[in-house]
Amino acid sequence: MAYTERVIEHYERPRNVGSFGSEEAHVGTGVVGAPECGDVMKLQLKINPQTEVIEDAKFKTFGCGSAIASSSYVTELVKGKTVAEAGEIKNTQIVEELALPPVKIHCSVLAEDAIKAAVADWRGQGTTKKDAA
Amino acid sequence: MERDPIYMDNQATTPVDPRVIEAMVPFLGEIYGNAASRNHAFGWAAEEAVDRGRSQIADLVGARPKEIIFTSGATESDNLAIKGVAEFYADRGNHIITAVTEHKAVLDTCQALERANIAEVTYLPVDQYGRVDVDDVKKAIRDETILISLMYANNEIGTLHPIREIGKLTKERGILFHCDATQGVGKIPVNVDEDSIDLMSMSAHKMYGPKGCGALYVRSRGPRVRLRAQMHGGGHERGMRSGTLNVAGIVGFGKACELCGQELEAEAGRLIALRQKLYNGLTENLEDVYLNGHPTERIPGNLNLSFSYVEGESFLMGLNREIALSSGSACTSATLEPSYVLKALGVGEELAHTSIRFGLGRFNTEEDVDYVVKRVSEVVIRLREMSPLYEMAKAGIDLKSVQWKT
Repeated sequence: MAYTERVIEHYERPRNVGSFGSEEAHVGTGVVGAPECGDVMKLQLKINPQTEVIEDAKFKTFGCGSAIASSSYVTELVKGKTVAEAGEIKNTQIVEELALPPVKIHCSVLAEDAIKAAVADWRGQGTTKKDAA
Repeated sequence: MERDPIYMDNQATTPVDPRVIEAMVPFLGEIYGNAASRNHAFGWAAEEAVDRGRSQIADLVGARPKEIIFTSGATESDNLAIKGVAEFYADRGNHIITAVTEHKAVLDTCQALERANIAEVTYLPVDQYGRVDVDDVKKAIRDETILISLMYANNEIGTLHPIREIGKLTKERGILFHCDATQGVGKIPVNVDEDSIDLMSMSAHKMYGPKGCGALYVRSRGPRVRLRAQMHGGGHERGMRSGTLNVAGIVGFGKACELCGQELEAEAGRLIALRQKLYNGLTENLEDVYLNGHPTERIPGNLNLSFSYVEGESFLMGLNREIALSSGSACTSATLEPSYVLKALGVGEELAHTSIRFGLGRFNTEEDVDYVVKRVSEVVIRLREMSPLYEMAKAGIDLKSVQWKT
């Protein structure tokens, strides 16, 4: 299968690979997919609690080139957006940007799910803290 | 520094040996007769070339030349053998035994016969190395069993079935034995008499010959095997396969067999040494690398490894401009399913997604192996740094205990 230039570019120079240290606060973590399915994405968003702006993002992905490219692109896409704006991101945007073929659309769906999971994780932490206070 | 890409996917296909090309060239040009033209010199020249090719192929596998039926390749040979036997011997029985790790050309053919209510098929399981148990074969035999079809060597993992024991069993029980020997012939000693094989599929392009040319060995005595033709027409190949013969292809196939026969022993030793070097190099550089298939009962040129935490397609993507390999990962298949062969071994799906097949062949060198070890190690290390599974495993998390959100 031939890859699109955008996919190759993200695969060869992935943006924001890594993890935030466990001591860092205000980080939401989403892990989606499963090893049996051949795709696992971990997306972490560092969110400003006052403005709800995503100030930083990191990812790690086990998966094909398109899955790696989708998650790399998503980290770029969400930075600077508010949590609400990030929640509006649709997988079709990723498909268009990376020119993913139909068989790779599930990679973009997974990336969209990763954003939602990371945001949900962050919101969950907020509630816990409020309850504790 | 740019170097030529390394081809290490020799179970998919092999490059045509220059000596084979040399033998074929006249038959693509000045010698163009139809081997079935009996009344002029053009036809005779073609027929003579076909006869020579037939003998060269027969010699390699211990057959008689007239037992070689030319086809377009092993897929057609498998179809002809299985459908041909099932239809011809329908009055004797309708049961076929095969194994779950067979090539799709065998499995799909069996399924087509089931759908058409022509045959009932037993698909035997395999052990953790991909071998069938002879006792399982024995137990699966019924009064209606007419055919057992098992491959010599598996195309993904290289594992060899206990062919000789199975051949002995089928001979004792009067059941026909078809063997898809596409990956075995020319690589390891195959002898239709010693192995008691009644029908055997072969393909030229897996042994440094041209694509589009294969053969089915059909035993002529002890027992004389009959087939219902699947391709009807001019009655070529003793009526078993009509169609004008691919003279140039057959000449190339014959030459390829002759060369494989001459070089088999030395080449097998050389490939086993290269395979060992490749395995040692990779396992010294990398942790969590697992061998798929049998440690010793495998064809010399095959090494199939799972590199935990690294998905196969992304692995190949990191190398595909420099090194040609293949993967059992879902993402590399048309169906988006991981390798059914690895699944049948009980390798978890997760390891199937991380499997890579290294197919060593005649034109691979020690330098190739050194380069592959170096580049594969680099790519695996890079992708593991990017892998959440690797990170979790390093943190002591048991990946099997994780509740994955899919």
